[in-house]
Amino acid sequence: MSAGDTHTHGSAEVAARVERRWATIAVIIVVGMALLAAFAGIHRATMPQPRVETTDPSRIHLSGEFVESNLGSVLEANGNVTVRAIGQQYSFTPACIVVPVDTPITMRATSADVVHGILIQGTNINTMLVPGYISEQLMRFTKTGDYLMPCQEFCSFGHEGMWGKVKVIDKADFANRAKGGGRLSCVGQ
Amino acid sequence: MLVNRKLILAHFWLAFAVFGFALTLGAWQMFIRSPIGTWLSNPELYYRSLTAHGTVMGYVFPTLVAMGFGYAISESALEQRLVGVRWAWTGFWLIVAGAIMAVVPVALGRASVLYTFYPPLIGNVFYYLGVVLVVVGSWIWVALMAINLRVWRKAHPGAPVPLAMFANVAGSYLWAWTAVGAALELLLQIIPVAAGLKATIDAGLARVFFSWTLHAIVYFWLMPTYIAYYTIVPRAIGGRVYSDSMARISFILFLVVAMPIGMHHTFADPQVGAGFKFIHSAFTALVALPTLLTVFTICASVEIAARLRGGRGMFGWIRALPWDNPMMLALAFSFVMLGFGGAGGLINMSYQLDASIHNTQWITGHFHLIFGGAIVIMYFAIAYDLWPHLTGRELIDIRLIRTQLWLWFIGMIITTFPWHWVGILGMPRRMAYFDFGDPAIAPQALSVTFSAIGGFILLASGIMFIVILARGMRAPRVAAGPYRFALAVHQPATVPVALNTHALWVALMIVLTLTNYGYPIVTLALTEGTSVPAVYVGAQ
Repeated sequence: MSAGDTHTHGSAEVAARVERRWATIAVIIVVGMALLAAFAGIHRATMPQPRVETTDPSRIHLSGEFVESNLGSVLEANGNVTVRAIGQQYSFTPACIVVPVDTPITMRATSADVVHGILIQGTNINTMLVPGYISEQLMRFTKTGDYLMPCQEFCSFGHEGMWGKVKVIDKADFANRAKGGGRLSCVGQ
Repeated sequence: MLVNRKLILAHFWLAFAVFGFALTLGAWQMFIRSPIGTWLSNPELYYRSLTAHGTVMGYVFPTLVAMGFGYAISESALEQRLVGVRWAWTGFWLIVAGAIMAVVPVALGRASVLYTFYPPLIGNVFYYLGVVLVVVGSWIWVALMAINLRVWRKAHPGAPVPLAMFANVAGSYLWAWTAVGAALELLLQIIPVAAGLKATIDAGLARVFFSWTLHAIVYFWLMPTYIAYYTIVPRAIGGRVYSDSMARISFILFLVVAMPIGMHHTFADPQVGAGFKFIHSAFTALVALPTLLTVFTICASVEIAARLRGGRGMFGWIRALPWDNPMMLALAFSFVMLGFGGAGGLINMSYQLDASIHNTQWITGHFHLIFGGAIVIMYFAIAYDLWPHLTGRELIDIRLIRTQLWLWFIGMIITTFPWHWVGILGMPRRMAYFDFGDPAIAPQALSVTFSAIGGFILLASGIMFIVILARGMRAPRVAAGPYRFALAVHQPATVPVALNTHALWVALMIVLTLTNYGYPIVTLALTEGTSVPAVYVGAQ
């Protein structure tokens, strides 16, 4: 072996070593990210909706949980609140949702026609409404006030006009309004 | 050895012509939805335009670039005449026919479903058939790349396949397999409904099929760019590829891990369970790996060039790089945009973080930075590099080329950074206009205005690009010599079989896709009562 060959051989080894180190760092970064996601999902309970639930959009206005009289917010016996809503071209029903502050809220929503989406600005509440399926999202507001709720998925020509609203009010106010039973929305406020 | 120059030029010219058309639409869209444009009286025009922009930029433009570049690689890297030239032309004309067939119903407002289709919204059947023709045309290219490599292997038993061709064929296989998802959605679900044979469709299942295509397609767009990083840039700036085998590993990793991750596009969907969402999230993290390896290998390759030019010191070599070389400039811009876009991608891939930006303008910002930015700027570089070899004429406007690249970079940053910002504020994407008079939306007006300005800078850059190429067709003749690819520092005499063939990795890609998609698809297909009535676009 000539001197030149030894030199080439040596530099190839250095190159391979540096490269291996970098590859190791890259693998550690990737594994770290996956572990972080697992930790956040399991420990902080930030997993998405676990069950797949279906519903027939052509019948939701006739019977079942999404009939019009059942839409809006309802105070459950355990103090939690359930909100039911539907999206259709080109509005949400109810168009304005009223909920109490500092209360665990379960939102159940579906679509009556095409794919829509619900996004509450300034929060992490963000879900798709796919016709045929029920979307469930847990939420809790820490501040009272009005939030804009646009449809975030293209749903044909009137999409840009599909904006709803969420009114987060005082807990006592909400309990007071919920006394009479029935479903609440911003109507009459 | 570029024999079929006409074929390659036809692909590039058609690609850049449709690109110019879609770019103009894009700039117009940003203008009319910004506070500086008056409100469009008919938002329907906006969604027509958006469908055309997305369809051209997503399917037609990158496919044609990959095909044209692929034919060029096949001839020059393998140093053999292209086998199946007639078939190649057939593929080209299928794409022409498909593009025209798709764009007519879009222009007439009968197919405003955007390029992601959105069933149960159903557009005119010819739109979908046109898209299918484009894909079928590109599948001919996939077959030709495989056949050409096979012919070469027969003539060179056991020899290492040139890196450019190895990567090119990997990219073609990735495309063939990822297109299957959307093809299944179109053929089994959408087209029967669009043709009036069926009246209902399972929108949830369709979204899962589409997600199969929707993420790996990005890596198909990326392949020509990565091939340019590894096999053109080091040669163009007078360096060498740091490692031939690491390059091969990166391309193989794309093939294996880019495919089975698309469900991260359905993080917020009700029809996919939490378990599969987690698996796809973890796999998406994995796809950062080939990019991290590439960043290292290319930076090291560039450093070699700088040191060969006399660069010294820990960071002093950076100054020794040939910054006036358009290829160097394009690479640097591409890396910066890949860095920002990739960081955004890591946020999208985590479903905890994704919730705050899902379907907002952030997403638009993210993929314009990656595709429109990091990827397309290298398409420009590829065209500049190949042009003299295709036309036999010199590109003399080096200064203009540099200005064009600068403008593209600046325009892309001005367009996409404000989009990321308004996305965090919760501005939804795909909206024809916003009511900036609403006090809750008014603070976003300034950011949207910046984006619109960025759009016009991009348009100016795109026009310059086309003008430079057109002028190149009439420049003085020059003997460009054979088209060469970068050599590795340690050019391999032999390559392990696993790094010289694709079979094992294609098999792994298919198996992983089936495990990551099989169960959700079968369950959804077997679930009763999830098909919903179709909603026809434009029907009264």
